[in-house]
Amino acid sequence: MKRSWITFTRVIKSGFVNFFRNLSLALPAIAVMTVTLFISLFLYIANITFSNTINQISDKINITVYLSDKTTTQQLNDFENSLRNFPNVKKVEYISKDEALAIYKAENAGNQNLLNAVDETSNPLPASINITPYDINKIQDIKNFINQKQYLALQDSQLGTSYSGDRKQAIDRIAKATKVLREAGLIGIGVFALVSALIIFNTLRMAIFNRKDEITIMRLLGAKPWYIRGPFVVEASFYGVISALISIGVIEIMFSIFSSALEASSLGLLDIGYASRYFNQYLWLILLAQIVLGFTLGALFSIIATARYLKLRTSK
Amino acid sequence: MILLDRVSKIYNRKATALERINLHIEPKEFVIVVGQSGAGKTTLLRLLTREEKPTSGKIVVGGIDYDKLKDKDIPLLRRKIGVVFQDFKLLPNRTVFENVAFALEIVGMGNKEIQNTVPKVLDIVNLKNKANNMPYELSGGERQRVAIARAIVRQPKILIADEPTGNLDPKFAWDVIKVLEKINKFGTTVLLTTHNQEIVNKLKRRVVVIENGKIVSDRTNASYRL
Repeated sequence: MKRSWITFTRVIKSGFVNFFRNLSLALPAIAVMTVTLFISLFLYIANITFSNTINQISDKINITVYLSDKTTTQQLNDFENSLRNFPNVKKVEYISKDEALAIYKAENAGNQNLLNAVDETSNPLPASINITPYDINKIQDIKNFINQKQYLALQDSQLGTSYSGDRKQAIDRIAKATKVLREAGLIGIGVFALVSALIIFNTLRMAIFNRKDEITIMRLLGAKPWYIRGPFVVEASFYGVISALISIGVIEIMFSIFSSALEASSLGLLDIGYASRYFNQYLWLILLAQIVLGFTLGALFSIIATARYLKLRTSK
Repeated sequence: MILLDRVSKIYNRKATALERINLHIEPKEFVIVVGQSGAGKTTLLRLLTREEKPTSGKIVVGGIDYDKLKDKDIPLLRRKIGVVFQDFKLLPNRTVFENVAFALEIVGMGNKEIQNTVPKVLDIVNLKNKANNMPYELSGGERQRVAIARAIVRQPKILIADEPTGNLDPKFAWDVIKVLEKINKFGTTVLLTTHNQEIVNKLKRRVVVIENGKIVSDRTNASYRL
């Protein structure tokens, strides 16, 4: 026990000593890791922000079912309940005839002609139910549900639902576009993650290749594989942790500069205000995740990269 | 102490490095292996340190039968043999002290003991005052003496020195040889390869001559002519 403790502390210590003595090899490796971790984090936040924007757009898309004036309260309640239980339905909101009129009046406050056309006594506006879906790509399911016989009878025979005709076409286009954008974002992040992992691996491999003679020497002196590998793993994990800290620091600085420079803080689909809020809200979690990521990549890749120089098998 | 019985090493059909080598070295002997470059000296040493396996034949060193040696036990074997290389093989980022201490660290020796042992060994090779220097600050002869200190610090029964003077000026070469003699006097079996005629003739020890992978002569108190 005592002996393995001595060995363990020696491995850790020489990992750190090596780090400082091989600074000229460490700095490029840290630089590469920092850049890739920085871009990964940046892409991640961009993707989150972008998703948020898409969600905001999707949330504005809903279907309105216009109800026939003959619908009873009982029928209405049944209809609302069954809608709430339908899988893709996020929100159901009832708008009575009076509310519809109030909204109409508010919207057309400046247009006396339109206001004159309606009044309390003969309210021509139907009551309606607003349905917000979770997935705007599956609105058709909701529409099919609504169009069952028993519910079709409740609908205003002329207006029916808003999800039809030109409006249906527009919604479907938006739905498709957001889906493609979301997927493109994920694929982009995936590809970048893979490429950056390869770059980091290669950098560490080069750094270790530069010191392969050292590994050979230690092997010839009778050091066990993990005693040789250990310090490399410690050193590379340390690179990872440093890179994680620097990358987070850089993003933090970027946000503070950008948010003050762009008070409006909105660049089309990228809402910098939201990104900054998100970053600061989850700062500790992001920091932890980034450190764990850097640490793991450094450790894992150095284990793999040292493997080829540590083979004990002798050639026959 | 070292026994090779009909040992052959064939890399491929055209290159036979060693052919049916029989060699028996007693404890505390000082044996010089000589031969031209490419004669098979280095292959012989690489077989002893288990960097390579023989194609056929039996090797027993310090009671360890190499046929029964598992790959994972190779580090343990190497800890029992001290090896000095022509190109020193010092760890470039460690001080003289740390290079020697490394050999003790890997066997799990405590820090206090290391602090005690290393200076004594550095004293034997006359490098006590260079303990905190880095290898690149030393001359070739000094580096080789560090390598010897590292090889003997674990007090191995066997010391293998592969052309330790090959890269050194004659003046420094002799320093190195003197250290090897000193170690041999303490009781360590020394196996030295060289093609330095002057050293061989001055030492007057058992000389094994290898030519084209075969032992062509094996005589005590011998001289050698290239």
